[in-house]
Amino acid sequence: MTLIQAVFVLFAILTLGAGLFTVLSRHLFHAVLYLILSLVGVAGLFVLLEAEFLAGVQVLIYIGAISILIIFAVMLTRGMARNPGPPLNNQSLAAAVIAGLFFVLLAPVIAGFPWPQATQGVPADAIEALGRSLVDPNQFALPFELASVMILAALIGAIFIAREKR
Amino acid sequence: MVPLTWYLLVATALFCIGVYGVLARRNAIAILMAIELMLNAVNLSLVAFWRYLHPTATTGQVFALFVLVVAAAEAAAGLALIISIYRNRETVDVENIDLLKG
Repeated sequence: MTLIQAVFVLFAILTLGAGLFTVLSRHLFHAVLYLILSLVGVAGLFVLLEAEFLAGVQVLIYIGAISILIIFAVMLTRGMARNPGPPLNNQSLAAAVIAGLFFVLLAPVIAGFPWPQATQGVPADAIEALGRSLVDPNQFALPFELASVMILAALIGAIFIAREKR
Repeated sequence: MVPLTWYLLVATALFCIGVYGVLARRNAIAILMAIELMLNAVNLSLVAFWRYLHPTATTGQVFALFVLVVAAAEAAAGLALIISIYRNRETVDVENIDLLKG
């Protein structure tokens, strides 16, 4: 096993272990902390995949913004945090069977499929090409602007919904 | 070099963990967190496909970025809904949020 593979296994264990604790932990605040750990693992896997920009965005948006948002929501709904009760509902066994079955069915297909392998590596100016393609009218300028309008609408809607009504 | 299948297997496992969380958790915020895990798994497989199949194209990373934007919008709107529900009903337990039940 090479060094890169060892690092991959490390980040994979971090991601999956923390993800498992996210869905299993009894205390909601601990679940958020485990979620952050899992997102750090995914950011590490992005670095291994040579998608440095996405790794940075993952740290900024997911770890910096979304998890803080979730922590705020946990704090604002503290009545639940004080007496959490059982974290899982009565269909948790069926849910485990479904999720496990999904993995068991999908894993052999992924492992057995002869994936083609690209011969070239990642070009040196990959981040520059990514930035240019986002503002190029012939590529992703329209979806990019649409995404901006959508997130603006979602944020205004979120403020409107969460606002205290008098 | 790490084989592509390793990344895909990790992404699949992460997605299944998210599926379990969505189906089994009672707290609405925990369900949202499990959805974030599933979106991350999809992003991971998208970037892995980009790296191993078409590293010279930008499409894979752009798609992952759009998934990220949608995840941010979903988290903001979803958490606002949860806070609003908590203010009105004093609970975020999805078993007790049955306003639309006939």
